[in-house]
Amino acid sequence: MAGIPHDHYEPKPGFETWLHTRLPVVALVYDTLMIPTPRNLNWWWIWGIVLAFCLVLQIATGVVLAMHYTPQVNMAFRSVEHIMRDVNAGYMLRYLHANGASLFFFAVYIHIFRGLFYGSYKSPREVTWIIGMLIYLAMMATAFMGYVLPWGQMSFWGATVITGLFGAIPGIGPSIQTWLLGGPAVDNATLNRFFSLHYLLPFVIAALVIVHVWAFHTTGNNNPTGVEVRRGSKAEAEKDTLPFWPYFVIKDLFALAVILVVFFAVVGFMPNYLGHPDNYVQANPLATPAHIVPEWYFLPFYAILRAFTADVWVVQLVHFLTFGIVDAKFFGVLAMFGAILVLALVPWLDTSNVRSGQYRPMFKWWYRLLIVDFIVLMWVGGQTPTELTSWISLLASAYWFAYFLIVLPILGLVEKPLPQPSTIEEDFNAHYGAQPHAAE
Amino acid sequence: MLRKIAITAMSVLSLMAGAAQAEGTFEPQTKDVAFSFEGPFGKFDEHQLQRGLQVYTEVCAACHGLKFVAYRTLGDEGGPKLPEDQVAAYAAQYTAVDADTGEERPAKPSDYFAENTSAGAPDLSLMAKARAGYHGPWGTGLSQLFNGMGGPEHIVSILTGYTGQTKEEAGSSFHENTAFSTGWIKMPPPLTDGQVTFADGSPNDVRHMAEDVAAFLMWTAEPHMMARKMWAFVIVGMMGLFAVLLYLTNKRLWAPYKGRKQA
Repeated sequence: MAGIPHDHYEPKPGFETWLHTRLPVVALVYDTLMIPTPRNLNWWWIWGIVLAFCLVLQIATGVVLAMHYTPQVNMAFRSVEHIMRDVNAGYMLRYLHANGASLFFFAVYIHIFRGLFYGSYKSPREVTWIIGMLIYLAMMATAFMGYVLPWGQMSFWGATVITGLFGAIPGIGPSIQTWLLGGPAVDNATLNRFFSLHYLLPFVIAALVIVHVWAFHTTGNNNPTGVEVRRGSKAEAEKDTLPFWPYFVIKDLFALAVILVVFFAVVGFMPNYLGHPDNYVQANPLATPAHIVPEWYFLPFYAILRAFTADVWVVQLVHFLTFGIVDAKFFGVLAMFGAILVLALVPWLDTSNVRSGQYRPMFKWWYRLLIVDFIVLMWVGGQTPTELTSWISLLASAYWFAYFLIVLPILGLVEKPLPQPSTIEEDFNAHYGAQPHAAE
Repeated sequence: MLRKIAITAMSVLSLMAGAAQAEGTFEPQTKDVAFSFEGPFGKFDEHQLQRGLQVYTEVCAACHGLKFVAYRTLGDEGGPKLPEDQVAAYAAQYTAVDADTGEERPAKPSDYFAENTSAGAPDLSLMAKARAGYHGPWGTGLSQLFNGMGGPEHIVSILTGYTGQTKEEAGSSFHENTAFSTGWIKMPPPLTDGQVTFADGSPNDVRHMAEDVAAFLMWTAEPHMMARKMWAFVIVGMMGLFAVLLYLTNKRLWAPYKGRKQA
């Protein structure tokens, strides 16, 4: 499958050949597992496996939870309590599923920021990046709808606020919102369709994951140097790579086990730490909670949504230029979706022809600032708005856009990159020494 | 690189957290109570849960329901652990509507505590998880990470937070309470010293009764807490062992390629 030369599956005579000529499924698995992988991959490359684990965990626990859950407004909250109290190990299933979403997003953010540092989005891996962004969008939709299902106060009011974003679209917005909700407000129709879609989307994600893997197996993995694997001959390629199985499978599983130690400790000892107490109060359309806060993984984008208030001059300018069509609320919605759009378009915004951030002395600093910016946005998204937090969220939002729309395009033109190793082998040996008698 | 980022981010965050806290008007006060069930090793004290049940039954139940809790669970391992006959006797004090006949009959252990909305008071089944409490020190939330979100502490703080001041507003009377979100709560002070007499002679001042009933409500909110922690120890331990084995496997696997580390 990959463009890197390597051994392929050779069916033995008999059943293997019989099957191979009819359905080459063993060859598919073999070639996928034995893909030549750059031997210098560092620990930032383990999060893909963690994400695959999360998807399996969420689907496995979710399918069983769905057997005991009732998507009906008068019964949903009680059915969750039934799971917590009466279903065998139901409390484990639910806490694994709820905290599994957090691990999923924690891993996806590290995975995305790894790609941003090492230039994994650059040619020829743009399609892998775009598919990844689609997966991320589908994850956000799935997580949002899943949070509505327990039918607590934060479920209900979160759904009201987020679907209200679509209502901010000029003209057609209110109709879209009604169409999404299945009625004028969040109610039984909303809960039913969210349950249906919450069950459907993970399988869409699974399909996208297959395409994501297919795409980077076609181009080959990126690596910390950003230098491509040599493809002149099999012998040459083998100096730069090792097969995924067993070298990277075992390495990734070790990392996964360490991460799961922490994850299971959170699930077992502090399962409600990342949740919100208000969601243990049954949804009440007549009582608005004091603070409506989304889950932590939405906070950076929630901060951008709230940053652009009517007193910001950019908002006023756009309001004037569009003859009042784009008001502050709609501007905020556009900014939030725009923040994800610029992230998706980064393969075409970054003008540098050096792939890895390791060899980009100026880029490194702007990148570090972006990480701080992301953490600040996450923090400020959870705060009750004050004059100070409004300023912080505006500045932090501005930097998010500036990084993608100004810094990355300009850096490629003005930055003088550091020397890069000519091959992956050279980089690997610089760290670990040449091993002339390595087991080949 | 990541270390530097983390340090920078932490210092920025702590600065901003401090600035944000300086503002605001009424801040509800939550006491830090050392409950037996806090932390990974924490366990429910079944005697305390039994006393809490008694406080709930004799005081709180007048206005508050426990609609998600079944009488049978009072006998469960990791709960108040009442003997079977006591569970049946406890249930039999109340009536329930039979699902088959639609008629009232004495409650059985399989029935649920009554829903009680007569006084407009909230149901208490999940109250200990529906409120957050002490999140110190200095608002960092570290205590919540190790001791739980602090719902039971919030309950103790409410029950012991009355100042004795009352006011009339819109035809209702409100009682000043240092732990309530707005500072004024509708519920009159429910507990007085010596109100409930415990069979084992445990102290029955307001503070002790408040702690007992808060512990009981933590159990009603999270009845499988002790089983969950046992499970957590097993799975964290097994995962840890698995991680060590995988570390050793990985080290040996890569040894031919990574023999001499240069940098």
